[in-house]
Amino acid sequence: MLASTLKPDLEQVPGRDTPVELVDENTGTLSQLDRQLILLTQEGLPLVSRPFEALAKQLGTSADEVKARFERMLASGCIRRIGAVPNHYKLGYKANAMTVWDVEDSQVHKLGQKLGTLPYVSHCYLRPRQLPEWRYNLFAMVHGKQKSELNACFREMTEILGDACRAHDVLFSTRILKKTGLRFRGDR
Amino acid sequence: MKPEIRNDERQPALSTLDKAVLSRYQKNFPRTSRPFLTIANELGCSEQEVLNCFQRLKQEGVISRVGPVFNHKKAGASTLAAIAVPNEHLERTAALINGFQEVNHNYQREHELNLWFVVTASDQDHLTTVIGNIEAATEMKVWCFPMVRPYHIDLGFRPEFD
Repeated sequence: MLASTLKPDLEQVPGRDTPVELVDENTGTLSQLDRQLILLTQEGLPLVSRPFEALAKQLGTSADEVKARFERMLASGCIRRIGAVPNHYKLGYKANAMTVWDVEDSQVHKLGQKLGTLPYVSHCYLRPRQLPEWRYNLFAMVHGKQKSELNACFREMTEILGDACRAHDVLFSTRILKKTGLRFRGDR
Repeated sequence: MKPEIRNDERQPALSTLDKAVLSRYQKNFPRTSRPFLTIANELGCSEQEVLNCFQRLKQEGVISRVGPVFNHKKAGASTLAAIAVPNEHLERTAALINGFQEVNHNYQREHELNLWFVVTASDQDHLTTVIGNIEAATEMKVWCFPMVRPYHIDLGFRPEFD
């Protein structure tokens, strides 16, 4: 039952990336040192004058090696970016909604990419439907300073999707109950 | 145990340096031996000012961290998940879910499926196990919405400062 909601989606979609362990596309695997580096920095870099040197010391390697590994993980896409990770709420973006759309499969790739370029959309993903209870396959996170501001966003999105969209829903967030960085278990 | 609530209404005043840092360094954090000095040179201030700025932004919660943003997909296995919780059980269920270290986001949303959270694990087997454990702990069905395809790559966010 649950297994059937989880696994088939992962297996049936052609061409999707295989869900993996900490794996690098080029080498087939991330080294022990890469894993340690991820574990050590998932809560952020140390805010000291020489952060890479500080990490190197903890890992028993050189700062150059640490920097080289970051470059490699950036190049492979394992790391998307390195920098300050802002908190939308604290910057005044207090209205946030998850918009979900039932978009015709034949057009969802083209239209999903269009939604993904909108300035107020922070994430836009294709996800599996869970029929009959859940008909939506396109998910887009929308951020604004006020709830009222978001209505114009929804209208624009509706226009872009046009007839290819059969239904949509907007799920406003009412509370953040937990928000932490990505965590991996360190026991592997 | 009450779930942690982070909807702090207070919005800190941002200095010119804060805004410059937030606008320019969500990506391309310098990979130099003294990155804060590199930033200081680019912005025309001192290394200590830049370090103080990042430390304070972090302390005030304006940024959650300065560091790498990992691609969950390539760096492990993850899924968006949701539960439909009756209101009277909401606090207890949220606390149970938050107790899992594999859960890194949990939002209450206005919908019958009212708790939405992200589960991240080192691999698919571990992810499946954790989902099962959450179902066992909450005695509720967990709906899974794993990402099939991204249409937007998170390269940071361009805040409009008032």
